Amino acid sequence: MKSLIMIIIAGALINNVVLNQFLGICSFLGVSKQMKASASLGAAVIFVITIASAVASLLYDYVLKPLGMDFMKTIIFILVIAALVQIVEMFLKKKSPSVYKALGIYLPLITTNCAVLGVALTNVQEGYNFAECVASGFGTAVGYTVAIVLLAGIRSRINEKDLPAPLRGAPIVMIAAALMSIAFMGFGGLQL
Amino acid sequence: MDIIWITTLVIAAIALLVAIGLVITGKKFAVKIDEREVAVREKLPGNNCGACGFAGCDALAGAIAKGEAPVNACPVGGAAAAQAIGDIMGVSAGALERKTAFVACKGTCDVTKNQGNYVGVQDCRAAVLSGINVTDCNYGCLGFGSCAEVCPEQAISVQNGVAVVNRNRCVSCGLCVKACPRGLISLIPESRIVRVQCSNRDKGPLVKKVCSAGCIGCGLCAKQCEFEAIEFDGTLARVNPEKCTLCGKCAAKCPVKVITTPV
Repeated sequence: MKSLIMIIIAGALINNVVLNQFLGICSFLGVSKQMKASASLGAAVIFVITIASAVASLLYDYVLKPLGMDFMKTIIFILVIAALVQIVEMFLKKKSPSVYKALGIYLPLITTNCAVLGVALTNVQEGYNFAECVASGFGTAVGYTVAIVLLAGIRSRINEKDLPAPLRGAPIVMIAAALMSIAFMGFGGLQL
Repeated sequence: MDIIWITTLVIAAIALLVAIGLVITGKKFAVKIDEREVAVREKLPGNNCGACGFAGCDALAGAIAKGEAPVNACPVGGAAAAQAIGDIMGVSAGALERKTAFVACKGTCDVTKNQGNYVGVQDCRAAVLSGINVTDCNYGCLGFGSCAEVCPEQAISVQNGVAVVNRNRCVSCGLCVKACPRGLISLIPESRIVRVQCSNRDKGPLVKKVCSAGCIGCGLCAKQCEFEAIEFDGTLARVNPEKCTLCGKCAAKCPVKVITTPV
């Protein structure tokens, strides 16, 4: 139990998927304009990555490893994760329209997010078992959510400021993201 | 067996499973979408301006299909869209005249005396909040063009210190009505061409002092009108659209030429 909590904290803060591993940058920069949208995206990411890492872990342990197909894991993970998100989307649309409306457009967007695939592959690399994979997926997704919500907060503040013209728009966002990344490096000193 | 064959077979098997899974879920969890909703959505202009009060054209189409909104709820699409949507829904659209925005102020730079001591943000709403007088007239157009800024069709321009609406471009979305901090803009049916183009409620002498094109409440228009269509809101004349026959006699007699004439 203790090691699972460690994995979650490590995934969320120390090895933050966006700010330390630089995965999922596109949606991190693209969808962080508004606090509400980024929180919805974060919720969708938590949802998808947790399920995807569970399925990927089962698939790897019971299909790929026994058959010696380790080298095909990337392709199979892409295939399965994409299908999984589609199924989840259909399921939500029917069973829980309110959740579907909140996550709506973000679900298909996440299918192609490198962070999802990245987590599944990292889990396999680390040799995690099923429970550890789910914990790691959840932790990583929480880390993504924390990062994007923080950036959205910073951007909403930046928008009110009178910036020098060359910095307006994308440049100041890049600088803010870089500073956040440096700040998150501080977590690297945590001894778990 | 060769590893290549195993790999091929396994991936094919997984792909097949996934495909079957997707088809079954697709069938099982199919959500019925009202086909009228799709048809209605196609007839809506797609501006997503929100003038109807719904979150966008999709939301309005859903509401119309469910019968929660009238078929003529879209002010932008106007009569044409209402007619087309009415056909889809099997309801008569009813008469819906095209409305256009109208700025009730004629106080151009030539006829008003600006105090000219406002140097803040060049925005109507900011100017009103600052409490500093931009114009002598406390009711007139400020001329910073907040309405022009929000107009999605670029139908409003500030000409000589007063916002002017290009009626051909206006889609009557009503965004300018909300943007004007002095409430000068309203949506008026196109045929109601006789309008009082002033919003100053002060008494005559005060109006005269600040603007030579303001309604002074003299009442000459009311005397001219044979249909009692001119009403007074304090000292500000107003045309009652139900009684007005668009004869234009009031406009001809107005000493300050503040009533628009029929074309």
